[in-house]
Amino acid sequence: MFSLIRQHIQDLYRYRSLVNSLVVRELKARYRGSFLGFLWTFLNPLMLLGVYALVFNIYLRIRIEHYAGFMFVGLLPWIWFSSSLLEGTHSITAGGSLVTKVLFPSQVLPAVKILANLLNYLLSLPVLFGFLWAMGIRPGWPLLWLPVIIVLHLFFINGLVLMLATVNVFFRDVQHILANLLTLWFFLTPILYPLSQVPPPFDKWVLINPMAQISLAYQDIFFYQRNPNEGNILLFGGLSLLLLGIGMFLFERYKETFAEKV
Amino acid sequence: MPPAVILKGISKKFQQTTLRRDYITLKSLFLNPFSRKGRPKDEARVVFQDLDLEIPQGISLGVIGRNGSGKSTLLKIMTGIYKADSGSVLINGRVSSLIELGAGFHPEFTGRENVFINGTILGLNRKEIEKRFDRIVRFAELESFIDSPVRTYSSGMYIRLGFSVAVNVDPDILLVDEVLAVGDESFSRKCLDKMTAFKKAGKTIVLVTHDLPTVERFCDQALWLESGCIQVQGEPRQVIDAYRQEVARRDDLRIKEEEAVSACRGEERFISGTRWGNGDIEISQVRLLDSLGQERRVFQDGEDILLEISFQVHRPNPEVIFGIAIFDGNKTCCYGTNTHLDQLVLPPLPETGRIRLKLEKVHLIEGTYWLDAAVHAQDGHCYDYQSACRSFAIRSALKDTGIYRIPHQWEWDLTE
Repeated sequence: MFSLIRQHIQDLYRYRSLVNSLVVRELKARYRGSFLGFLWTFLNPLMLLGVYALVFNIYLRIRIEHYAGFMFVGLLPWIWFSSSLLEGTHSITAGGSLVTKVLFPSQVLPAVKILANLLNYLLSLPVLFGFLWAMGIRPGWPLLWLPVIIVLHLFFINGLVLMLATVNVFFRDVQHILANLLTLWFFLTPILYPLSQVPPPFDKWVLINPMAQISLAYQDIFFYQRNPNEGNILLFGGLSLLLLGIGMFLFERYKETFAEKV
Repeated sequence: MPPAVILKGISKKFQQTTLRRDYITLKSLFLNPFSRKGRPKDEARVVFQDLDLEIPQGISLGVIGRNGSGKSTLLKIMTGIYKADSGSVLINGRVSSLIELGAGFHPEFTGRENVFINGTILGLNRKEIEKRFDRIVRFAELESFIDSPVRTYSSGMYIRLGFSVAVNVDPDILLVDEVLAVGDESFSRKCLDKMTAFKKAGKTIVLVTHDLPTVERFCDQALWLESGCIQVQGEPRQVIDAYRQEVARRDDLRIKEEEAVSACRGEERFISGTRWGNGDIEISQVRLLDSLGQERRVFQDGEDILLEISFQVHRPNPEVIFGIAIFDGNKTCCYGTNTHLDQLVLPPLPETGRIRLKLEKVHLIEGTYWLDAAVHAQDGHCYDYQSACRSFAIRSALKDTGIYRIPHQWEWDLTE
């Protein structure tokens, strides 16, 4: 098992320059031909935020101070997470001739999707900072946690995507189920509402959701300007590594059949 | 020197479900729950069974065979895209496979950007590509298009760029799958030149193709694959000959089957595109025999060919004329004659019989030919005309051109 995982990582490392150029291409391709071009990286989350702000701030009148800023903090990593899952699950089955006609480690394909979306997230951080700053929120030292949180989150996403992409080769239903499941998952995760708003006994259950653990961590360091709960981070980190291990193992175990099944 | 490729005991089978893309879906389960689709286990198609193959270094090997004989699967197993169910694959050297040209090309990106991505996919790093970039573009003859998006390329330009990147990877072993057929003639020649240069540099080439003359001209060795088994491996000429004869035999069989089918239907009149006439006298069989009386489909240059026409008389007619004509692949009539033109008067015909025509020392140039056989009345009225009823091939060591070799002799007078 461990030799497979080592193989997986080594191959990915050996092809890092391909990953690099494919990520760049992915980002360029996304907006090529559109008039506003790369600006969409910033406009997309802002517009989504606008929609939610309209519904929850103005129509439903949720009384939380700086609610738009609060939502924005959680929304951005969620977009990274959900787009990576959707695109990553597809990546092998939609890989076409790259999977069936050329020899190269196929883990490159999901990794490219995840990293492109991560880059998108990182690029939108300046917008987030500007937004928070305008609201009078100045995140401080707890921000040093950000790299740790992002790396753990990356492991979590990568592990999950590797599993889903593998299973999707054999059961194409996965991608459709996933799209619906993500909507449910989104509302079960404290992104639009703080954990304090969840009445007991449900507040205990919310944290079973790993995305809730990581979402709270993002809120802690950006919005509440405090250190995240180490226990939660540890738990999430452990789970992420486990998922990543299983994901890599599963992927390596079945990748040789991808060319025939796709 | 160790062989470039060693395959030992390779077995490979595909689940029929993968081949037919016959997924079990909820809908199919619901519509016919007892269908056999649900049990794909017993429906495996064996492509290779215990295949052994060794390709020495520096050899160019042409792989021929009918569609579905496993040629491409063999290449994919060598490349490593498919994993064999059992057996071992040993490759000595860097492999570049031309199974898919321009893999990973993105239509929205320029030729330049795609060269870099494609090169990286094939295992080059950025520096190596930069070093080769000019060479790649020059070879593809795309200097003025390299900065336009690939979606604006013609399919020929696309293939050219893909080929150019792939061969400039400088592999030790080049695997080529039927890619020379695309592109215009000058580019095909360029590809062949490039591959010849490869050969001279002592690299190993495996070429999968249906283009038999290229195999014969270019390859040191040929391999004929038939349903996943190596039928013959060896000198290209002999392998190709054996293959051609087998193809002719199969065609022959197919034609006979078709004839049997139409005979069963009791068709008395022949109105199909390749056969017509009122059927008063029927040509029941046409055979091509060599000088020993053996039925053959491939003849050597200069051999005698004996045409034997079996006939059956349904309604007697006076003044019967038998005729033949030979056509080449371009439907050019190479030669045609009949008993009337040769000023023969046939005696009254029995109910069944045979008539033979001996063609002496046939010097048709190398190629495949088609034979028409006919029986008709003096006024041209047709009893039975069978167009292209037999095909045969002529093999020759000489590669002269035209239709027929006119017996000739060179002489010179060089003294003043």
